[in-house]
Amino acid sequence: MENKKPKLKIFKNPLRRWGWLFLGPMAAAFIIGFVWPFIQGIYLSMCQFKTISNAKFIGLDNYVKALSDQSFRHSFVYTALFAIVSLVLINVLAFTVAYLLTQGIKGSNLFRTVFFMPNLIGGIVLGYIWSMIFDGILSHFGTSILMDSTFGFWGLIILMCWQQIGYMMIIYIAGLQAVPDDIIEAAKIDGATKTQTLFRVIIPNVMPSITICTFLSLTNGFKLFDQNLALTAGQPFVIQPDGSSIKTTEMLALNIFNTFYGSNSASSGQAQAKAVLFFILVAALGLIQLGITRKREVQQ
Amino acid sequence: MSARRTNILEKVINVKTQLFKKIAAASMATLMAGAVLAGCGNNASSGSSSKAESSGSQASESKASTGTGKVYWLNFKPEIDETLQALAKTYTEKTGVEVKVTTAASGTYSQTLTSEMDKSNPPTLFVIGNQQGVKDWGDYALDLKDTAIAKELNTDAYNLTDANGKLVSIGYCYECYGIIANPTLIEKAGHKMDEIKNFAGLKAVAEDIHAKADTLGFDAFSSSDMDDSSSWRFTGHMANLEYFYEEKEAGKQWTECPPTITGKYMENYKNLYDLCINNSLTSPKDLATGGHDAENEFKTGKAAFFVNGSWEYAAVSETVPNAVMIPYYCGVEGEEKAGLNCGTENCWAVNAKVSEDDQKATIDFMVWLVTDPDASAKMVEQLGIMPYTKAAESKNGFLKNAADYTANGCYVMDWATNYQPNVDEYRAALVSALNAYNANQTDEAWAAVKTAFVDGWATQYAAANAK
Repeated sequence: MENKKPKLKIFKNPLRRWGWLFLGPMAAAFIIGFVWPFIQGIYLSMCQFKTISNAKFIGLDNYVKALSDQSFRHSFVYTALFAIVSLVLINVLAFTVAYLLTQGIKGSNLFRTVFFMPNLIGGIVLGYIWSMIFDGILSHFGTSILMDSTFGFWGLIILMCWQQIGYMMIIYIAGLQAVPDDIIEAAKIDGATKTQTLFRVIIPNVMPSITICTFLSLTNGFKLFDQNLALTAGQPFVIQPDGSSIKTTEMLALNIFNTFYGSNSASSGQAQAKAVLFFILVAALGLIQLGITRKREVQQ
Repeated sequence: MSARRTNILEKVINVKTQLFKKIAAASMATLMAGAVLAGCGNNASSGSSSKAESSGSQASESKASTGTGKVYWLNFKPEIDETLQALAKTYTEKTGVEVKVTTAASGTYSQTLTSEMDKSNPPTLFVIGNQQGVKDWGDYALDLKDTAIAKELNTDAYNLTDANGKLVSIGYCYECYGIIANPTLIEKAGHKMDEIKNFAGLKAVAEDIHAKADTLGFDAFSSSDMDDSSSWRFTGHMANLEYFYEEKEAGKQWTECPPTITGKYMENYKNLYDLCINNSLTSPKDLATGGHDAENEFKTGKAAFFVNGSWEYAAVSETVPNAVMIPYYCGVEGEEKAGLNCGTENCWAVNAKVSEDDQKATIDFMVWLVTDPDASAKMVEQLGIMPYTKAAESKNGFLKNAADYTANGCYVMDWATNYQPNVDEYRAALVSALNAYNANQTDEAWAAVKTAFVDGWATQYAAANAK
């Protein structure tokens, strides 16, 4: 049985010897492109700086300022509201479209392609295109998307739905196609109605897709930046009696950006602190949501 | 025994296989994550860099042959990029000194400067155009007092100093703004330029033209759009009349940003602003989103007045060669003696944190730009008057108007607007308030404009000076 040994050797050594070759470049890229900037970002959130090579450590002051900033709190509430509404709308509509397109309608493939296409356009471009569309309509009523925060909110919701539904639809279609025919057939034989089949059989079976889609739309909603900047850039402002202003349609990411470039040299660190808080928030929400929806997944 | 050993060996192989699979999966995941991240990174950076490149970069690739110093100018005016690239090339050909000019995309100068300053080859020459800039970047600027370039100046009026008296940046040109008028159209409407000597005169002419717009085929004012490409004409330039008259009343020019303003001349700002938006081709309600080409409206004879500055001269004089610039008449007592708003945001600062060779090369380059007849002629053509003794003379008609007003004993309205604290935020709030006012011209809406204008100043001053 000694002849088995060389086999093991052949197998073991190349891996030992060459493993780094496969892992190394990507690990290096990951560290250079993600881990290091991330650590430095956390450090900078405790500094006062204008350029990062000239940072001065000041402790947790930035966090205190960030948390007491009224505009940050407003943008948090606004973003949360936006994320929830867009999460619900995008997923309900995407699932509906996916469901309809798996019912064997003629031209399904064409529809799928068409619905997916908006996702290929960049956010800034989309924002400007949609602002033209909205203003084209609203100008007939003597107003503009920049004039009313309700328009700004729903405008952004429409834009995001238009962009994201196609993408989520693809994921749902994959999920729907993976539901075994025999389960559906069994349900039919047992006398389940179409609605019962949908809610009792199909939806529990596409839970993995729902997990992914809700995760993506929730984090997308929170991280939204380009579309927000291009569509309204925070307009309209509510001018406070003290002369400060609340940017009614400013979301978290834009608030961080505006803080960074907004005021004095002390604000870069404050923006950095906001960014760290923002990361913790999005990561925590994402993980909680994953945990909840995962529990509802069924094993086939 | 051997059977058992085989068993163990197989197990080991199994474990190794699984391990291999795991590692493979892990590296695959890393690879994908890396790819995604790299993708993101690329997108982000290409977004900004391509912008910068499209508006110009990399003047010359030729290496310095004589001097050891290099020049790297971070320019903030996209419209002069082409001229600067050509001048940089000429200078390199003449002297062998490497000159690189990069232009920040419109409206992104402060972001570009922030990131460029962090690089190993930061700009040696950059722009600190106002007190906000002095506050933000003063530490990075060399004291230009008694340098070769400072000795070429013929006035100190356009220089910026910090609180300690350090000469942070020096003006390389100055400009003026006001109301550009088309005398031909005004005469066609049955009026004369002479009638416009104060706000009452301007108002009478503008309102008469607007009333007869249908028969005349043109209107009084070109569109006053509130989008980013145009709102600065009102939130920056026109706002200057309010600040200036506050200064004038106090009898002293501002030398630094005052913590508060009184807003005493808001009514005058409102006078002129109302006249602009209500006697125009475009309904005030359509101004928020912009999309109207005010310059073109003026150039094609659709409007008799156009609120803008001397840099428009080249474009405007193509079709309206007799265009003149008149002051912001707004109903202030004694405004018959008003002149144009003259000043600059074009101020050079030399990076204090680069090598002395680079600093010297940079100052040499600056001196060349303001003394060489050809180079300064090109600069003057694009930029307006250069306040240097040996610089070429300007052929700009509007700047000539400005000089004539001054020669006739009128007061120059200096650019107090440059002191606007946290300028971007301040103006953004003002735009929002003006949008609401344009849609519904009530006292209440104007009160919000006033709050943004006056109280907003104090708020932004506090924010900009927070420790």
